[in-house]
Amino acid sequence: MSIARTNRMTPYLFLAPAGLVLLFALFYPICYMIYASFLDWNPSQRIGEADFVGLRNYTKLFSDPSFRESMWVTLKFAGVVVTLEMFLGVGLALLLDRNIRGMSLLRTLFILPMMIAPIVVGLMWRYMYHPTVGIFNKTLKSWGFDTIPWLSDGNWAFASVVIADVWQWTPFIFILSLAALQSLPTSAVEASKIDGASGWQQIIYIKLPLMLPVLIVTFLLRLIDSFKVLEVILVMTNGGPGLSTEILSLRINRTASEFRELGEAAAMSNLLLIVLLLLTFAMFIYNKAQDARAARLRAVEEEA
Amino acid sequence: MPEIRLQQLRKDYGAVNVIENLNLEMADGEFTVLVGPSGCGKSTTLRMIAGLESVTGGQIVIGDRDVSKLEPKERDLAMVFQDYALYPHMNVAKNMSFALRLARMNKSDIEKRVKEVAATLDLTAYLDRKPAELSGGQRQRVAMGRALVRDAGTFLFDEPLSNLDAKLRGQMRAELALMSQRIRKNMIYVTHDQVEAMTLGDKIVVMKFGEIMQAGTPEQLYRNPANKFVAGFIGSPTMNFLAAELIEENGVLSAKGQGFSIPLPDARRASLQAHKDRNIHLGIRPSSFTEGPGGLKMPVILSEYIGAQSVLISELGGQQVAIEVNTVVPIRAGEEREFKVQGDEIHLFDPQTEAAL
Ligand SMILES: Nc1ncnc2c1ncn2[C@@H]1O[C@H](COP(=O)(O)OP(=O)(O)O)[C@@H](O)[C@H]1O
Ligand SMILES: [Mg+2]
Repeated sequence: MSIARTNRMTPYLFLAPAGLVLLFALFYPICYMIYASFLDWNPSQRIGEADFVGLRNYTKLFSDPSFRESMWVTLKFAGVVVTLEMFLGVGLALLLDRNIRGMSLLRTLFILPMMIAPIVVGLMWRYMYHPTVGIFNKTLKSWGFDTIPWLSDGNWAFASVVIADVWQWTPFIFILSLAALQSLPTSAVEASKIDGASGWQQIIYIKLPLMLPVLIVTFLLRLIDSFKVLEVILVMTNGGPGLSTEILSLRINRTASEFRELGEAAAMSNLLLIVLLLLTFAMFIYNKAQDARAARLRAVEEEA
Repeated sequence: MPEIRLQQLRKDYGAVNVIENLNLEMADGEFTVLVGPSGCGKSTTLRMIAGLESVTGGQIVIGDRDVSKLEPKERDLAMVFQDYALYPHMNVAKNMSFALRLARMNKSDIEKRVKEVAATLDLTAYLDRKPAELSGGQRQRVAMGRALVRDAGTFLFDEPLSNLDAKLRGQMRAELALMSQRIRKNMIYVTHDQVEAMTLGDKIVVMKFGEIMQAGTPEQLYRNPANKFVAGFIGSPTMNFLAAELIEENGVLSAKGQGFSIPLPDARRASLQAHKDRNIHLGIRPSSFTEGPGGLKMPVILSEYIGAQSVLISELGGQQVAIEVNTVVPIRAGEEREFKVQGDEIHLFDPQTEAAL
């Protein structure tokens, strides 16, 4: 082997260990899961004993109203929380992007929820939502209002998990938006002030458009994450009452452990994986497009 | 179109005082240039006038309105920034029309106005381009255009040419001078480049450490600098400064230094009498020397040929001196020549206060 060729191989050599780990830790389970999704497999069987049923798990899923309900809950949940979080996070960032004394402390406080483990968040909110001793109902009662069935009524339960998620994840969008805001070209904003833009007009015509690339990536990241939420809802409602908060990851969990249908659970996981892959792919394409645009602009600049 | 007055203007950044007590009047339609070394507070002053920087003390009066507490948009001004500050996400036409669109001018008027201004700035072909797709010079013109489409009472410029290469800068400087003649408006222009200041300004304000050293026409500043700083700042090549003593020899007042003695004109006798037998600083512009017999014998250490002119580096009494001469016959380094100094082109400064005598 020539030296040049050896040199070219060197990076791959160094990458190999990581590649091997990835192969076993990621690729193998995924293949395993894809294979399992074609089986009628009970947890008491070894995988070799399971019957091969082709696409039956998938066709069954699509005609299963519970699965469709769960899919709908997931979409609804992701849509609602990400929209709310985007509005609140970006709004807070716009509000707190100024140099007043104590602002850095306030910013730190705002991002605390994100740092708490999801299980803890779930427990915390479950206690606060408790029908009699929870802080919300106790407060309502002491003010003379009716109490609210936070976790025991379908619609309220959905709202409750949405509130908990928004509380936990708005900070994520807040810090990314704040970072984007603070890296905006200050002089463009100043120019717009001179041009006569009011505070709102500065936000709408200058700040938001310039933040857009960051906002889109933030949005996609958060969307991907919201499809995978599990612990908080598991702890708070375990999917109930009824199917009102049974998002897909909970459904998968139940199908495997309660209904003992490993094949079906695998098929669901695969569907979720496909949705997430599509979203990731969208983000990837978007980043590529941005890079290409930047490269083109640089080329123009150099030639000019 | 109003005059602008800065009264006892003060600016602190936290505990740091940048401008202490600035007083300045600008007449209606005047082109005022704030010039001074980097960090002397020119931009701060301009940005306070624009309303981008709060005023710590004092007033800014435009016409008969005290605008010091008003928002930028209530001050009726347009501004060109050093880094152009174009809106990256808007094309040239949108950039230029932004202010007009905010003011809800009707569409066809906006279009007409933008086209007019774009034509005068050679930007017609680029109206659809985004700023990133333009060269530096084009971006600079868009920034100008964005200010010009507006019919503002006052135009502010913060070093608008400093990011251009030398040739383009000269070109834009000339265009700017033409433009300022065409639209007689209040213009306040910040630069650290004295050539720009001299060529553009009706009035030049020389600043140092947040203070005004002198304000006046280019000619006043060049001919009668109020102090050593202004004398050294205005004019290129820079004025030579020599340590000397003011003495009376044979009834003639002269500046005597190591190895030279330059007689001063009688006209200055009265004002200089009080400083007799004291140390002074002598200021001689490189162009005040003329070559000819009967002058001071000076060695030519270095000869910088520029074209029609040459700048010679020489020595007088152990101090380096620059001399500007016409290059009819090139003078080479190593020669020794005689140079005379025009007595009425000599500047004298108090060594302590640096004020002109
Ligand atoms: N935002 C700021 N905070 C603190 N000091 C500042 C700020 N802006 C400018 N300064 C200081 O004020 C002085 C004047 O700055 P500036 O007006 O930008 O000078 P220039 O004459 O070069 O335009 C400088 O010493 C600079 O360090
Ligand atoms: Mg400056």
